[in-house]
Amino acid sequence: MTTTTGIAFQLLQSLFVVLIAPLLMGWVNRCRAWLQNRRAPSLLLPYYAMAKLFHKDAVIARDASPLFRLTPYVLFGCMWLAAGIVPVLATALPFAPAADVIALVGVFALARVFSALAAMDIGTSFGGLGARREMLIGFLAEPAMLMTLFTAAFISGSTQLTTIVNTLAHRAFEVHPSLLFAAVAFLMVLLAENARIPIDNPTTHLELTMVHEAMILEYSARHLALIEWAVAIKLFAYMTLGIALFLPWGIAAAGDWAALPLAVVALGVKLALAGAGLALLESLLAKLRLFLAPEFLSAAFLLAVLGMLMHFLVRG
Amino acid sequence: MSGALACIVAWLALAVASLLRLRGAWFARCAAFPLGALAALVLAVIGLQALWQPAAAMTLPLGLPGLPFHLHLDPLAGFFLFLLGAVSAAISVYAAGYFADEAPGRLALIGLQYHVFLASMALVILADDAYLFMVAWETMALASYFLVTTDHREPAIRSAGFLYLLIAHLGAIAILLAFGILHGGRGDYSFAALRAAQLTPFWSSVAFLLAFFGFGAKAGMLPLHAWLPEAHPAAPSPVSALMSGVMLKTAIYGMVRVIYDLIGGLRWEWGLVVLVVGAGTTLFGVLYALMQHDLKRLLAYHSIENIGIILLGLGMSMVFVGFGHPAAAALGLIAALYHTLNHAVFKALLFLGAGSILHSTGLRNLNDMGGLIRRMPQTALYFLIGALAISALPPLNGFVSEWLTFQTALQAPVLEHGVVRSLLPLFAATLALAGALTAMCFVKVTGVAFLGQPREAAHAAHQAAAHGRIDCGPAGRIGMAWLAIACFVLGLFPSAILLLLNRICVALLGAGLPEDALESSWIWLVPSSRAQASYSPLIFILVIVAVICITAFGVRRFYHGRVRTAPPWDCGYPLQTARMQDTADAFGQPIRHVFGPLYLMRRHLPGPDDPAPRFVLRIEDRHWVWLYLPVARLVGFLSEKVALLQRGRISIYLLYSFLTLIVLLVFVR
Repeated sequence: MTTTTGIAFQLLQSLFVVLIAPLLMGWVNRCRAWLQNRRAPSLLLPYYAMAKLFHKDAVIARDASPLFRLTPYVLFGCMWLAAGIVPVLATALPFAPAADVIALVGVFALARVFSALAAMDIGTSFGGLGARREMLIGFLAEPAMLMTLFTAAFISGSTQLTTIVNTLAHRAFEVHPSLLFAAVAFLMVLLAENARIPIDNPTTHLELTMVHEAMILEYSARHLALIEWAVAIKLFAYMTLGIALFLPWGIAAAGDWAALPLAVVALGVKLALAGAGLALLESLLAKLRLFLAPEFLSAAFLLAVLGMLMHFLVRG
Repeated sequence: MSGALACIVAWLALAVASLLRLRGAWFARCAAFPLGALAALVLAVIGLQALWQPAAAMTLPLGLPGLPFHLHLDPLAGFFLFLLGAVSAAISVYAAGYFADEAPGRLALIGLQYHVFLASMALVILADDAYLFMVAWETMALASYFLVTTDHREPAIRSAGFLYLLIAHLGAIAILLAFGILHGGRGDYSFAALRAAQLTPFWSSVAFLLAFFGFGAKAGMLPLHAWLPEAHPAAPSPVSALMSGVMLKTAIYGMVRVIYDLIGGLRWEWGLVVLVVGAGTTLFGVLYALMQHDLKRLLAYHSIENIGIILLGLGMSMVFVGFGHPAAAALGLIAALYHTLNHAVFKALLFLGAGSILHSTGLRNLNDMGGLIRRMPQTALYFLIGALAISALPPLNGFVSEWLTFQTALQAPVLEHGVVRSLLPLFAATLALAGALTAMCFVKVTGVAFLGQPREAAHAAHQAAAHGRIDCGPAGRIGMAWLAIACFVLGLFPSAILLLLNRICVALLGAGLPEDALESSWIWLVPSSRAQASYSPLIFILVIVAVICITAFGVRRFYHGRVRTAPPWDCGYPLQTARMQDTADAFGQPIRHVFGPLYLMRRHLPGPDDPAPRFVLRIEDRHWVWLYLPVARLVGFLSEKVALLQRGRISIYLLYSFLTLIVLLVFVR
């Protein structure tokens, strides 16, 4: 693989993720509407909504500091970086060594801290409430995520996503009990980190329950559009990370143009299933009371740690 | 070597000159601190050089007859001299601005104590015999005690100083006993003689425990941490920065020097002790920090937490040494030393930021602050950088050392011992939890202090300022900018630091990182091999910055950039006051809920017919109840019994002397 094809693959994948991510959002919304016997909105609704927001005049609170205006761009940059690290279509991308799984968790943490700070910037009661709740969820979700990734790292002897995915993808089929624990923990973290039911409800504006929405209440127009876009990329990155860790079959190596169409088809099928699954989960579950969220997430954390110990106990 | 000595002499000369009040208070006010910073910079350069040069030694004809002072400068000492010089240079520059409006008498005393403090820390690092080490160590303790009690007219500060002095001396006694065991009644007190001591496993373990807890008392390790949250807030802010940033690190230096170098023959059980204590210290520090609303006290609790993180790295390294895996051991030691340097930089920065707030507004309680970013934009920027660094967020420096610590834990599969192998990842889990909690805590601090609307007291402080900005002066800004830049440099060029630290490992352990790690180019940080793990903060930040620029440009290019300002929306609530924002206590409330049993909470709920109802909640340290107070009671009880001997009558004392003589005559013949 030459460097140029590698970089071409890298740019292509990043662009692909950034452009396709809102479609996944639309797909999840559509599946949920079907499951709830509603008439489904267009698949492209997230794009229309963002286009509309970009055209509007931004309204910013009087006392907003520069941090408030910078944050949407930081979130977008962080998520773009995450999209470049996770092996979505191909492994062994030239970017991949720049950040391993620990740094990936760090990127998400950086985004979380900035959005929480921006929420507190205006000094409204809702902003502080959202920031506090987001950090409460984050402090358990982040280590749980890290432990999940450590389990995979111990199995493959590396924290490089490329090596992990290659090890897990190119092996005879065997059930790692530790990976099963990790997968359950990862699913729970995915729900919490992406503000989905049962931890948060992406469609609510009820003050008792909202977390993520409370943080971005003061944003409008292009800033809001960037944040919504970043949220869509984040969901996409989490889902593809889960796929890469637990269902890695069909992924291409960077520079291997022949394997690319197959990789795209495989990814599309897997994502469609995962999106439908997410919608199903969200329709089946009820939102948890806020103080049950730490219990939910500590269960995820303990499962992930158990999975890691399991790896050492049964060597698998 | 002689250069380092010249810096120490320069500091001592500055101390004396400040006290003499040369040209009135002019010298102490305008010249002492900048000159001290210059000496510190020179010392930093000398320390850096020592990492590359062969070790140098020197004997000074000072001290007692037959007990000259031995000095020694090897890579380990060089690294800590570098840390001391680089961080204290920034603090001294800041202090020049901070102390500028002190009264002359106080200023002279502060100038004396401050520079003696710096010189004694340098001597601790350079000492090559137990005698000089203890002399310098005690000088350091006393100088810092007097600095802590600068405002000695307040009873709370006096008692904080007393607690500090007490625990510092408990630690010093333990260190002295450790040296005593190593000495074993043979030879002299030079470190070379102590190093040559042949100890049985039992006695070397005793020496290890004494040294570990003795230095741990100075480092603020559990359960000897109680002085730290009292003493750091009591001291003036540059002194807090110096104590937290540098003095705690001399304890880490002592630990590495005595345990790795002098005692030697590390056992993995020792590593487990260090790991357990480190994990407890880490979690305790961050959980109690989340409950604080006094900014400096909160930062002090975070120092406890970071000492725990350093201990986690050290402990893992000791486990790997014990099982005979030098490469993994070197990685752990590098992670610990890297975090030592990082913590020195960002904690000093945060304490200086807290000092700026205190100096400009007179506020220390987070619940009174708010909206400071608009009045102190530069302080806010530097504080934010420090907050991001301590929260272990990439691409700043705190992340690199925690990343290295995680990588050390991930080397666990090489261990042969099954239980230990599965224990190491658990300590990594502790570290992950603590890192996320730290991020929460610093969102709280930055959000409540700098963002939002000014609360009543902050508003009053704003009004009191004649002009719009109440930011600190140029000296303060230079000091903070220096440390903030250091946060970036240490975060963005980790492979260079890795090479420097590897030389310490080679000197101490006889082995360093594998070739693969050292030969990778300067962009990549590779701890063991490229297939295993790598990280490149430069690419990391370049991507984010590039995307931000492209996006901002694209939005500008394709859409209008119109912005309207309006009152905050807040879901349409018309009435918004500053009191409706989250306070620091409110922000920590969920943690209080989740970790309730860990805290000792005393609540006072007012009755329904209370005319002046006040809800009071105090959170106290459980260690006071189960450790400190029982020990204090026991000591009180024993002292009362001993006091029975003291009758105040001379004839009884004479009788005691007579009896002692008889007993001695019976036994000593």
